Amino acid sequence: MNYHWNWGIFLEQVKGGDETYLNWLFTGLGWTLAVALSAWLIALAIGIVIGTLRTAPSKGLAWFATTWVELFRNIPLLVQMFLWFFVVPELLPREWSLWVKQDLPAKEFITATLCLGLFTSARVAEQVRAGIQSLSRGQTMAGLAVGFTLAQTYRYVILPMAFRIIIPPLTSEFMNIFKNSSVAFAIGVMELTFQARQMQEDSEQGIETYLAVTVLYFICAFIANRGMAFLEQRTRVPGFIASAK
Amino acid sequence: MIEINNISKWYGQFQVLADCSTRIAKGEVVVVCGPSGSGKSTLIKCVNGLESFEQGDVIVDGTSVGSPTTTLSKLRSRVGMVFQHFELFPHMSITENLTIGQIKVLGRSKDEAIQRGLKLLDRVGLRSQADKFPGQLSGGQQQRVAIARALAMDPICMLFDEPTSALDPEMINEVLDVMVELANEGMTMMVVTHEMGFARKVAHRVIFMDHGRIVEDATKDDFFGTPRSERAQLFLSKILSH
Amino acid sequence: MSFFTELDVSVIAPSLPFLWTGLKFTVTLTLIAMSGGIILGTLLALARLSPFSPLAMAASWYVNLMRSIPLLMVILWFFLIIPLITGYPMGAETSAIITFTAFEAAYYSEIMRAGIQSVPRGQVFAGQAIGMTYAQTMGHIVLPQAFRNMLPVLLTQTIILFQDTSLVYAIGAKDLLKAAEIAGKNYNRPVEMYIFAALIYFVICFSLSRLVKHLQSRIAIIR
Repeated sequence: MNYHWNWGIFLEQVKGGDETYLNWLFTGLGWTLAVALSAWLIALAIGIVIGTLRTAPSKGLAWFATTWVELFRNIPLLVQMFLWFFVVPELLPREWSLWVKQDLPAKEFITATLCLGLFTSARVAEQVRAGIQSLSRGQTMAGLAVGFTLAQTYRYVILPMAFRIIIPPLTSEFMNIFKNSSVAFAIGVMELTFQARQMQEDSEQGIETYLAVTVLYFICAFIANRGMAFLEQRTRVPGFIASAK
Repeated sequence: MIEINNISKWYGQFQVLADCSTRIAKGEVVVVCGPSGSGKSTLIKCVNGLESFEQGDVIVDGTSVGSPTTTLSKLRSRVGMVFQHFELFPHMSITENLTIGQIKVLGRSKDEAIQRGLKLLDRVGLRSQADKFPGQLSGGQQQRVAIARALAMDPICMLFDEPTSALDPEMINEVLDVMVELANEGMTMMVVTHEMGFARKVAHRVIFMDHGRIVEDATKDDFFGTPRSERAQLFLSKILSH
Repeated sequence: MSFFTELDVSVIAPSLPFLWTGLKFTVTLTLIAMSGGIILGTLLALARLSPFSPLAMAASWYVNLMRSIPLLMVILWFFLIIPLITGYPMGAETSAIITFTAFEAAYYSEIMRAGIQSVPRGQVFAGQAIGMTYAQTMGHIVLPQAFRNMLPVLLTQTIILFQDTSLVYAIGAKDLLKAAEIAGKNYNRPVEMYIFAALIYFVICFSLSRLVKHLQSRIAIIR
């Protein structure tokens, strides 16, 4: 293989700048974490609502939630990213549209976070729905029999258990969001993949670059996994083995 | 106390309940029995509106269950229900299971709710399990807690949907004993069950259902001594030969 | 509402042939990666379930690796590495085909592994009792059932694969999305192009997922 190795490349300075390549990578890591974590919060908040709505007795609400999920699940993430970046500003009223295109600070970051957050919310919604539906009907009836309204039954009986049941698939989604954040490079967010391409072109040390970036992604995945494992431990119900009935 | 007037219910084309009528007076203990699929579980769930019905009505202590103006949650807080599969809330401790309804629905203070809850646990003999979780208890223990949970709401009557059917034989008696005590204290009870021994002991009346109809509705002595319908006779002969 | 009146739909008709070329590549890539991925994935699944532990570990390692890294990184890796190894430059399209086959194999292998494990052990015993070898038991008894059981999940993964192909954007391969971008630049109407591309993706994916749901209910009855 005709390749010139240079492991010291990370400490070298960027061509035409005074940062080191290592700086670039850490900037990338920072943006990846920022996008992924912010998007995850959005995804959870919205996903729990949409997932619950899908099980609601109201046909209208259930239909809305289903449409939401189908919309975000059937268009590739990258295409959604472009839609948010190029199309959504045009949908806004004139002044807002101009402001977003010109003056919005961290425009790429906000666009990417919203896009990724809503994309993932559809997947979280499906997990929440599955979790709710895996509970026995008897739990709902027991809640109602005590005198809870349906809303109270969801709040005190169904959702707390559904949430615990779906922690394993939610962990997958959490790890996915770190991987999916890489798509933000296409609209100029300077996260890890963006830096990987930049550094590979600039330094011509592709293998070292990609190895470092891959390791950084591993670290993100590991942290995400451990974080959810910790959460699972803290919310564990004694004597209950989570299983779908 | 409970009036069931001409209740009929369909699942699509299939008729689950056909023109069921009966009355349960205050302090009465009525046992509902019959083969599987006879509609007894469905009927009892109509009493507190957990199941809807297409025709007829149920009136509990003067409140109509079928009326659109009735707040069902309020009615249900006054009617206690015990389920075949216990249905304790697994993510809450035993004490929390007993107090959550009291606090959130009846508006009692936390201290009062805990006090009452612990007293009821005493009554069913499970005070020591107060801080455990449902998953750590046996079936019989869970069902006794479920009875306590229903009693914590100070109900005017209690509905039991096959309370011992999911229990191992050795645990059936511990639950039946609690139910017998309740009956002797004068609680109005409607019990769907196969336990004829219990019926003989404390029931005032026995209702026999088959294919969604109330086939027989007689006092305990009449039912066991001289059942009028052939179907009931057949049922009794099979079930009592154990 | 002024947005919709400003849309210039007239640019779509002339771009259609160009978009069609892009779509053809997307579909071709999907089909090749699906077939290759399922075959390779089945082999990986068998390797993971084999009692020969170095093989099981290697397969496990490969699957976990592919599932931990972003697909974009895998695409970039293959695009960089393969020409270095072979010494020949490689087009983006070829690189994409190799990448996606290798990548999806990891996901298909997890599905096939679940499928194989869903076939009751009694079936294997029955095959062995008649005197079948491991290969025969697998080939005639277990794999056909596993495949039947997991068909809906395999198809769902293919729909995901179809969407993932849009990421070849990173190496400039000319798929549907890239075609839409180029057409958008040509006519200076990126908005219309991206919306149209999104619509195509949506219609295809949505229809396919409906089909899978229908298939699921039919399989359930047969069982």
